[in-house]
Amino acid sequence: MAERVTDSENKATRLPVFRTWPAVYAFVVATFVLWVTLLAILARTFS
Amino acid sequence: MNGVDWAVLLITILGIAGYGIWGTRGQRSLRTFLHGSGETSWMVIGLSVMATQASAITFLSTPGQGYESGLGFVQNYFGAPFALIIISVVFLPIYRRLNVDTAYEFLGSRFDSKTRLLGAALFLLQRGLGAGITIYAPAIVLSTVMGWRLDLTIIGSGLVAIAYTVSGGSAAVNLTQKYQICVIFIGMITAFFVLVSKLPGDVGFSGALTVAGGLNKLEGVDFSFDVGKRYTFWSGVLGGLFLALSYFGTDQSQVQRYLSGASLRESRLGLMFNAVCKIPMQFFILLLGVMLFVFYQFEPPPIFFNQTSWNNAIATESGGQLQSLARQYESECASTKTAIIRWLALGHRNNSVVADAARAEAQAAYKQSQATRAEAKRALSTAMPRAFSNDADYVFVTFILGHLPHGLVGLLITVFLAATLSSKAAELNALGSTTTVDLYRHIVTRQATDAHYLKASRFFTAMWGLIAICFALFANMAENLIQAVNIVGSIFYGVVLGMFLVAFFLRWIGGTAVFYAAIVSQAMVLVFYFTIPISYLWYNVIGCALCVVLSACLQLGLGPIDREPTRGVKPT
Repeated sequence: MAERVTDSENKATRLPVFRTWPAVYAFVVATFVLWVTLLAILARTFS
Repeated sequence: MNGVDWAVLLITILGIAGYGIWGTRGQRSLRTFLHGSGETSWMVIGLSVMATQASAITFLSTPGQGYESGLGFVQNYFGAPFALIIISVVFLPIYRRLNVDTAYEFLGSRFDSKTRLLGAALFLLQRGLGAGITIYAPAIVLSTVMGWRLDLTIIGSGLVAIAYTVSGGSAAVNLTQKYQICVIFIGMITAFFVLVSKLPGDVGFSGALTVAGGLNKLEGVDFSFDVGKRYTFWSGVLGGLFLALSYFGTDQSQVQRYLSGASLRESRLGLMFNAVCKIPMQFFILLLGVMLFVFYQFEPPPIFFNQTSWNNAIATESGGQLQSLARQYESECASTKTAIIRWLALGHRNNSVVADAARAEAQAAYKQSQATRAEAKRALSTAMPRAFSNDADYVFVTFILGHLPHGLVGLLITVFLAATLSSKAAELNALGSTTTVDLYRHIVTRQATDAHYLKASRFFTAMWGLIAICFALFANMAENLIQAVNIVGSIFYGVVLGMFLVAFFLRWIGGTAVFYAAIVSQAMVLVFYFTIPISYLWYNVIGCALCVVLSACLQLGLGPIDREPTRGVKPT
C-alpha cells in the first residue's frame, strides 16, 4: 500500500480539463471567490 | 413517529450498519484495519471526509443557526478550501511517503518520541471530549423532542457505532459513510423542497428571500475588522484556515480517511472534492434555516422551541409571567405577519417609497417580537436556572415533527442518527488507532505480532466508544451545540497545528524546543480563553503562532540541533 511519490503522479491529475494540480487548485480558489461574490450579491439584492 | 417512520429509521440505520459489518468481515491485518483495503477511490474518500466532519450536530444545529442569525455562520468555513489545498500540497505527500499509520507518527519521525506522545495526547484529549459531544448532542435534542429516554438513546446509538467500527475498522467506516451521507443528502434536500412548498402561495422562494433579506438574515459576508464579532470574512478566512488546517491536516479522524486512498491522486481529489463542496453545503443547510425563519413568519412559532423546558417552566411560580409573555409574543407575531404581507404586496406593485415604509414597519414589528422572545428566555432562565435558554437546536426538529408527513419524519430522524453514527465511527476509529499505534505499540509492547495489535486496536476502539458513551451520559451543555464542538476544537487545534507547521517548514527546530513550546502555548491559550473575549476562531491562530514563535525562540536559546531530522520510511 505504501508508495513513493513519483514526479508524474505529482503533476498529472488524469482529469479531462484540469490536467495539472496547480490548475485544480486554481479552480478551487476561483470557486471560493465565486461563492463569496454570490453571497455578497445575494445579501445586496435582497437587503 | 408512527410505524412507517420507525420502519424507515430502523431499516436504514441497522441495514447500513449490518452491511458495514458484513462487507468488511474477516479482517486479519492491523494495516487493513487502520487504512482499509488501500483501494478507496477519491469519491468515497471525499464523501467519507465530508461525513466525518458533518455530524448530527451539523444537521440539527446549523438550521437553528440560520434561523437565529442568518447566513453569517457560513464564514466559519471560508478557510477550508485554502487549508485543503495546503494539506494536499504539503502534508499529504509527506504522510504517504513516510507511510505513517497516524499523523502523530510523523511527529515522532521528524522530532522525537516525547513530541509524538504530546501530539497524540492532545488529540486524544480533545477528540475524546469531542466524541462525547458528538453522541450527546443529537441524543439530548431527539430524546427531548421525541420523548425517548436520553440514556437509552445515547447507549443505543453508541453501541451501533462501536459494533461496526470494532468489527470492520477503517474499511467499515468508509463503506458505511458512503451510504449514510447519501441518506443525509436525500433527507435534507427533500426537507428543503417540502419547506419551500409550505410557504404561502403568493410568497414563493423569491418572496421568502425578500423577507429574509429585509429582516437581515441573508448577510453571509461581513468584511468588518471587529475581532469581537464571532463571524466575519477575516476571522473565517484566517481563523477558519487555521482551524481547518489543523482539523483536516492533523486530526487523525480525518487523516485516516484520506490515507485510505488507493494513491496520492485519489487522496488529493477526495480533499479537493471537499474544498469545492464544503461552503455550498454549509450554505445550503443555513439557507434551510433561513427558510424556516421565513416559514415561521407566516405560521405562528412557539415562543421557545424546546417545548419540554418551556412546559416545565410554566409549572413553576413564574408560569403566569411566562404565559403572559407567550400571549404577547403571539400577538406580536400576528402583527409582524400582517406587516410582512402588506410589504410584499406593495413590493409587487413597484411602489418603492410605500414598500420601504411597509418594510420598516415589518422590521419594527419583528424587532418587538424578538425583544419579547428574549425577555421570555431570560424569564425561563430565572425560573429554571439549570435549563438552557438557547433553543436554536430545537428549531429544525420542531418543524419536522410538526409539519412534515409521516415517512419523511422517519427519514429526517434517520438523517440525524446516520450523521451521528458516521462521525462517531470515524472518531472511534481514530482514537483506537492512535491509542494502539502511538501509545500501546510505541510504549507498552513493541515486538508483538500483527494479530496482537489488531486485537488491541479493536479493544481500544471499543474502550473509547464506552468512554464516549459515559461522557455523554453525564454531559451538560449550555452553548449552541455546533459552536460547542468548534470551541473545544479551537482551544487545542492551534497548538497541534503549530507543532506540525514547525515539523514541515522549520527544519532547524528540534523536538525539545517544540515540545516545551507546545506545553506553554497550550497553557496560554487556556488562560486566554477564560480571560479575553474574542471570537473562538482566533484561538487557532493564537495557539499556532505562539507554538511556532516559542519553538523558534527556545531553539535559538538551546543552540543548533545536533543531528539531522529523521526521515525514516517504513518498509512497504
